[in-house]
Amino acid sequence: MIHSLFLINASGDIFLEKHWKSVVSRSVCDYFFEAQERASEAENVPPVIPTPHHYLLSVYRHKIFFVAVIQSEVPPLFVIEFLHRVVDTFQDYFGVCSEVMIKDNVVVVYEVLEEMLDNGFPLATESNILKELIKPPTILRTVVNTITGSTNVGDQLPTGQLSVVPWRRTGVKYTNNEAYFDVIEEIDAIIDKSGSTITAEIQGVVDACVKLTGMPDLTLSFMNPRLLDDVSFHPCVRFKRWESERILSFIPPDGNFRLLSYHVSAQNLVAIPVYVKHNISFRDSSSLGRFEITVGPKQTMGKTVEGVMVTSQMPKGVLNMTLTPSQGTHIFDPVTKLLSWDVGKINPQKLPSLKGSVSLQAGTSKPDENPTINLQFKIQQLAISGLKVNRLDMYGEKYKPFKGIKYMTKAGKFQVRT
Amino acid sequence: MTDSKYFTTTKKGEIFELKAELNSDKKEKKKEAVKKVIASMTVGKDVSALFPDVVNCMQTDNLELKKLVYLYLMNYAKSQPDMAIMAVNTFVKDCEDPNPLIRALAVRTMGCIRVDKITEYLCEPLRKCLKDEDPYVRKTAAVCVAKLHDINAQLVEDQGFLDTLKDLISDSNPMVVANAVAALSEIAESHPSSNLLDLNPQSINKLLTALNECTEWGQIFILDCLANYMPKDDREAQSICERVTPRLSHANSAVVLSAVKVLMKFMEMLSKDLDYYGTLLKKLAPPLVTLLSAEPELQYVALRNINLIVQKRPEILKHEMKVFFVKYNDPIYVKLEKLDIMIRLASQANIAQVLAELKEYATEVDVDFVRKAVRAIGRCAIKVEQSAERCVSTLLDLIQTKVNYVVQEAIVVIKDIFRKYPNKYESVIATLCENLDSLDEPEARAAMIWIVGEYAERIDNADELLESFLEGFHDESTQVQLQLLTAIVKLFLKKPTETQELVQQVLSLATQDSDNPDLRDRGYIYWRLLSTDPVAAKEVVLAEKPLISEETDLIEPTLLDELICYIGTLASVYHKPPSAFVEGSRGVVHKSLPPRTGSSESTESPDAAPSAVQAAEQPAVIPTQGDLLGDLLNLDLSPPVSGPPIATSSVQMGAVDLLGGGLDSLLRSDVGGSPAMGGSGGFAPAPSTAMPANLGAPLGSGLGDLFDLTGGVGTLSGSYVAPKTVWLPAMKAKGLEISGTFSRQVGSISMDLVLTNKALQVMSDFAIQFNRNSFGLAPAAPLQVHAPLAPNQSVEISLPLNTVGSVMKMDPLNNLQVAVKNNIDVFYFSTLYPLHILFVEDGKMERQMFLATWKDIPNENEAQFQIKDCSLNTDAVSSKLQGSNIFTIAKRNVEGQDMLYQSLKLTNGIWVLAELRIQPGNPSFTLSLKCRAPEVSQYIYQAYETILKN
Repeated sequence: MIHSLFLINASGDIFLEKHWKSVVSRSVCDYFFEAQERASEAENVPPVIPTPHHYLLSVYRHKIFFVAVIQSEVPPLFVIEFLHRVVDTFQDYFGVCSEVMIKDNVVVVYEVLEEMLDNGFPLATESNILKELIKPPTILRTVVNTITGSTNVGDQLPTGQLSVVPWRRTGVKYTNNEAYFDVIEEIDAIIDKSGSTITAEIQGVVDACVKLTGMPDLTLSFMNPRLLDDVSFHPCVRFKRWESERILSFIPPDGNFRLLSYHVSAQNLVAIPVYVKHNISFRDSSSLGRFEITVGPKQTMGKTVEGVMVTSQMPKGVLNMTLTPSQGTHIFDPVTKLLSWDVGKINPQKLPSLKGSVSLQAGTSKPDENPTINLQFKIQQLAISGLKVNRLDMYGEKYKPFKGIKYMTKAGKFQVRT
Repeated sequence: MTDSKYFTTTKKGEIFELKAELNSDKKEKKKEAVKKVIASMTVGKDVSALFPDVVNCMQTDNLELKKLVYLYLMNYAKSQPDMAIMAVNTFVKDCEDPNPLIRALAVRTMGCIRVDKITEYLCEPLRKCLKDEDPYVRKTAAVCVAKLHDINAQLVEDQGFLDTLKDLISDSNPMVVANAVAALSEIAESHPSSNLLDLNPQSINKLLTALNECTEWGQIFILDCLANYMPKDDREAQSICERVTPRLSHANSAVVLSAVKVLMKFMEMLSKDLDYYGTLLKKLAPPLVTLLSAEPELQYVALRNINLIVQKRPEILKHEMKVFFVKYNDPIYVKLEKLDIMIRLASQANIAQVLAELKEYATEVDVDFVRKAVRAIGRCAIKVEQSAERCVSTLLDLIQTKVNYVVQEAIVVIKDIFRKYPNKYESVIATLCENLDSLDEPEARAAMIWIVGEYAERIDNADELLESFLEGFHDESTQVQLQLLTAIVKLFLKKPTETQELVQQVLSLATQDSDNPDLRDRGYIYWRLLSTDPVAAKEVVLAEKPLISEETDLIEPTLLDELICYIGTLASVYHKPPSAFVEGSRGVVHKSLPPRTGSSESTESPDAAPSAVQAAEQPAVIPTQGDLLGDLLNLDLSPPVSGPPIATSSVQMGAVDLLGGGLDSLLRSDVGGSPAMGGSGGFAPAPSTAMPANLGAPLGSGLGDLFDLTGGVGTLSGSYVAPKTVWLPAMKAKGLEISGTFSRQVGSISMDLVLTNKALQVMSDFAIQFNRNSFGLAPAAPLQVHAPLAPNQSVEISLPLNTVGSVMKMDPLNNLQVAVKNNIDVFYFSTLYPLHILFVEDGKMERQMFLATWKDIPNENEAQFQIKDCSLNTDAVSSKLQGSNIFTIAKRNVEGQDMLYQSLKLTNGIWVLAELRIQPGNPSFTLSLKCRAPEVSQYIYQAYETILKN
């Protein structure tokens, strides 16, 4: 199982180590540093690195490498999932997951890590349970603790730890009972030169924020559950009920959680809400090239496309770009060769465009590669797959909760080739 | 105020100050001090000097302080074992605490203190905790057994903790069950022989129930444990699958992959015409696709596993090609894996799309990725014949970009395309030649040289091109040197008149000025071939090349099956069995897929068809590297050299003359000039080369020499012949004694007999007859004893046999009943013939056929034998067997063992496939035989033994 954990920052310092079995010397990280050196970017460091006596599995989040050391045959996904859980927990505890935050709260971090694994086996990874065992630091609590000498370690067995609903603690009380659901869909797409879709798929999630008193039992039904043929559920969802009736029935965890995630595959027809018209040419003869892109709405079901952001990695030979946007602001970084254009909202009557010239390094030949355009955008009040919640019912408790559903479509990895 | 304050140091000395604070009376100060100690510990500072002071803080009601001290103890107890004893009392007391949290904490911490003296004290509290009323304590205690086992395995066994742990599998609380399973699995890993997780239908049922209720991590442990179970029949397998499938919708990808493993494994047992089988196949695709939308690290592991899954069952993801299309900002390790899977899924239906994508990738920035994309185009061409043309034109487009590494990579793959589709795309050679100068990588240079040599007759200035390479011969890598040598010899054989000088130059470069034994040997081989028999040289050097395989990196089927059992583990990421790399696992149990059950008769026939199709889709494993260079060395030298007719030499007179005049004089001067050369290379200059007049000498001799030097492959000896034994003693046959043996030579079987007359009268009128036998052996000619046999006289007779006689199955199978008649009486005897006389000369199977057949033959037909006390090395074994028509098709080195894949064919057309595992230094070989008629295996094994030991 998981032997040790090292946290390493971008400059290659190990700033935290935790061992769940015997102590593994931090020199084991040298193999990691070697791999890091070989990889051009931090993102490209391979997640599994073999060393003579150990294996290093790592994830890179928030500019920190979380490197787990294992010694025996362990499912690597288990380790990686666990590392992600560590990141989530830190974020949950401290608001952000950063080196400074972790150093500031090093004792809590250490206590939390100790609770999460025992001898390398996961012990308590649900944030509900963890928070009962070790209370997250708040300014108020720190002050109170210093004065009264009380601790931020819970001394009772967390209630959820052993119940059949480990994700929920008992005795939850709220004055305002509310349940909010966000249906968020991200479109991953590759669009080719001519504007036709090579592949497009939707990654959707239903995130919930449930603040309900007692032990409520919820059911959520959809207008068109047939869309959901590839789903992953939070453990609270009763799978049998879904199989037979296509209804989500569950006792919700307290607070924020991801109820389900789903995937609408490339085989279904995915609506593409925006298009990009581009005309980029690096001319051979002179050292000036032409650059022009226009962004416009396509299948938006009448909703506004906003938060549009265009980024593109220019070839190395590009020295500078002289561009004028019809709206928004743009930056070209001559060092990283990254062009980004913050467009904002798309007005269908007056399409945003960015035009100008590209100056190339004199004397060199025309760049071989064509830049790929990455697009980000948001559309409120729309789930592009057409998924719609039908109704939400609550059983088991008497009060009437306040309910709300929000829809949103975003660009995931949305790429246009030129 | 944050914890970072704990890192600040003062000038006075940190340790000193901390010591003072730890011994302070104020609780708050104490706690702050311990926190500082912990903070130092987390960044790797050594604070072990504070041990006694920290332990003193242990006895406290403050849970946080207690926990902090425990944290400290776990880290440092090992370095201060004597001090650690001080803590024992507190632990033991805490194990009795009314608060279950404290009980669990104490037992958990004690297990982490890896000090022998403490573990002794741990036993009693642990025993209590394992039976604690609170499940939280029980589940913690279960893990503690695993910890203790790690420290002192004997103690755990002596104290009977393993049995208690096994009982916990039936615990009412699913979390306890999951932890017990996890602990047992971990213990079992270091004890592969022990039958700890003895799974039976009852315990499986309990695990399946717990599976639904325990945490995600527990589900992983239980699923991994389930995967080790072998259901007794297909019905049980199906019912387990049904209960596992809901796990495919879990949000935790590790749960999903473990569930996939269980399903992939148990699916093996389900009959393919079952409706459920199809349903299951359909259910497997979406979760695998979903894994690809997760974080890149998860994607990477998922992709490595999908790589295995598409090799085993390509039908699952055949429609999902698009999800493997590479995104611009995927990390490089994900891109490369996706590319691999795209090729595996490429088929006629989607090839256009795939090619368009690959072309797109070939213009990206990352060099590794671009190279692999170009290579992938070549693989597509070889895999999907219909697309070859389009692939070639795509490659030509890419060559036109003149991007150096793209051009080089493209040339390497075009060489493979030429091999696969000879005489089809040679029109592009001109374009390739244009880029000759830009090639600077050995592989590309070697590929280009191969092309020039192979198509020398179509390239007008082939000699100039090759000559240009020759200038810097010694600076080239071995790969290029070898290739250049072969190419020039090819050129010479094709255009002997103009290139004589060139070939002499390269031969002398290779044989005299090189330190590389491979190069030298190959140089000498060519030299001899050319000087003794140019016709044979032509046949050898320009021989038909073995087929190039479609996919170069398929995992061999037995390994693939084993890896399928390890889906989701590190083994699946490395595509190696755990035994190959996991440290500390003392002898890992090899896992294998369950055999398909159900009545074999009924499922066999529908099965055979699809699996054959599947096999055809993924053919042989051939290492790419060797293909290019090894074509000469791979040449099948096996059939006895039926020397090319001497008559043709007149046609080749030109070449022969040249050799006689040029090469030989050259050689002669060498022999004289540098006697060391002959000695060092082990090639005594053969007389035939030194004397041009000797050209008329038997053609075989030179070649024979050569073959002797290369290890006696294909010498004319034929298969092994056992010494004669007495079959019919004289006293039983009125004075006639018959002894004999069987032999096989150049395709004909004969029975070599010695008839001895031990009677007092003359014997005559001999005749022989065989009873019907298993392989239809019968005399092909009458028994001819020309003169009557006088008393005390012997005659040796070789009786040719054929196999067209009538067939009857005998027991033992190789039993032969013979009747011999003479003027006195008719005598009967029976004898056993060695089976290898029935091995025919054309028993060499194509690699692809071999692979398909191996897969196709059900596992029940596999038989395994040990050949003991054989001290030959792999090559000797292979050549020895080849002499008896057991052909080595492929040789691989797996985990330091040599695996020989061999085939042989019996006279009645039965194919036998063999896998011979040889461990260097170990005189015992393992022989696995697969055959559609398993009853012959035993006799084949005997034949192997006979051949190898004599």
